Amino acid sequence: MMNIIIGQYVPGKSILHHMDPRSKLLAVFALIFIVFLANNWVTYGVIVILTLVAIVLSRVRLRFIYKGLKPILLVIIITFVLNAFFTKSGEAIFDYGWFHLTTGGLQQAAFISVRLLVIVIMTTLLTLTTTPIDITDGLENLLRPFKKLRFPVHEFALMMSIALRFIPTLMEETEKIMKAQTARGVEFSSGPLTQRIKAILPLLVPLFISAFKRAEDLAMAMEARGYRGDIGRTKLRLLKWGLKDSLLLLVVIVLIPVLVLLRG
Amino acid sequence: MNETMIDIESLCFKYRNEDPDWILDHISLHVEAGEWLAITGHNGSGKSTLAKCLNGLLVPEQGSVKVKGFFTSDEDSLWEIRRSVGMVFQNPDNQFVGTTVRDDVAFGMENHGVPREEMVQRLSESLELVGMSEFQGQEPHRLSGGQKQRVAIAGIVALRPSIIILDEATSMLDPRGKSDVLKVMHELNKTRGITVISITHDLEEASSADRMIVMDEGRIVREGTPIDIFKEPEGLVEMGLDLPFTVKLRQLLIEENGLNLSEKAFTEKELVDELWKLQLNI
Repeated sequence: MMNIIIGQYVPGKSILHHMDPRSKLLAVFALIFIVFLANNWVTYGVIVILTLVAIVLSRVRLRFIYKGLKPILLVIIITFVLNAFFTKSGEAIFDYGWFHLTTGGLQQAAFISVRLLVIVIMTTLLTLTTTPIDITDGLENLLRPFKKLRFPVHEFALMMSIALRFIPTLMEETEKIMKAQTARGVEFSSGPLTQRIKAILPLLVPLFISAFKRAEDLAMAMEARGYRGDIGRTKLRLLKWGLKDSLLLLVVIVLIPVLVLLRG
Repeated sequence: MNETMIDIESLCFKYRNEDPDWILDHISLHVEAGEWLAITGHNGSGKSTLAKCLNGLLVPEQGSVKVKGFFTSDEDSLWEIRRSVGMVFQNPDNQFVGTTVRDDVAFGMENHGVPREEMVQRLSESLELVGMSEFQGQEPHRLSGGQKQRVAIAGIVALRPSIIILDEATSMLDPRGKSDVLKVMHELNKTRGITVISITHDLEEASSADRMIVMDEGRIVREGTPIDIFKEPEGLVEMGLDLPFTVKLRQLLIEENGLNLSEKAFTEKELVDELWKLQLNI
């Protein structure tokens, strides 16, 4: 219970770990769109190579990347199968009633799967190499211009960081309540499904009540410590933009004309 | 004559208008700079409500609360009041805002717009003061209750306050955490001259105060030094307060054994000394 890891951050000292969260966020956000520029073997090749380079630079073990991919793997496989069998172009390899397997279809399926894979790997790399609180800080900083449009950027970021801070607390609490209810005869892990779902109720109700109590206490404590929103606030956490951050963005920007030139 | 820190004039308060009785009923109280004041009373006696009136979390319905010359009802001075009156609450978890010790200590300073270089300096200084320097990067769920309360104190000390209110701040701690927190507070009270107001139902804790008030049903019923109050323990038990062990022992020794103990024997040491002397006299 004492080793709760929030998000999927893997501590490390790689160049990606040391980058400014803002540059990583911008790069990933841009890449999600840039991936759509690729439409032939060469352009996809460029993107795949870049992704591999990023994986190597992150020095994160492949196991962790696979873990990030696992939930989406099924979606990728289904996409591949659907695209492979329902696209009709190029030479037919196999034709039976509704099913047509063509070379063009296979290529299309491969491209779309690679596109999905690249997007998921890129975002996974971001969360693997950046702590949630750094991502929050980065987002707050990047979204600052939206304050003029009355979007509550600061409040949103504070909400995120408080949520992150309270996840372990609430998990500990859940465990405590579970033990207390088990002692009173509630069974959480056996019995038919309907019964197990019903058993969640005596867990959720006390948890919610206590969460509200905590929220009230916290609000009071924050006010006592002089919190009044974004007015006249300074920050302890600093974001440092370095040369490598500029370089990363440069690579991303250069990638656009390169892909436009190479695409078919 | 010391400087007056807090000046309360017949303060009345209730949470809802339709409530028949005041939660705080015409309370008048002066707190002087540098003193340690204990406010005791059973649950629902109004002591926590009184604490929240002292830094403007609650505003009086009638009467006034003046902190260092500012009225808490004046919204413009509210932030200055909250800077100079720090408050440590009961539940260590529910007042920890930051994701790490550093962030939490900085929270108050961020709110008050302390420039970053100074923030970093005050941060290490105040963590040092409460003995939590080595835990800078720790997350709250890896700290004990006492450690969290000391972090909360560090966050307050960093704001350079004049008064720190402990609102039942030790009631959820184990004996070790409790004594650590109280030790830090006594240190701050002595070396920095910070006024301490400790709200507690633990008379043991209250007995180390300079002055003590006992509250019941929203009124101040007793006021004086702990010795004055423990000299006549009658009524305290009826108010739902548990007397310190040494006070009970002294009383029993006098009543049951007919020992002739002086009016000073209230702490363990005093009592032991007194008993030794009795033995010598025989």
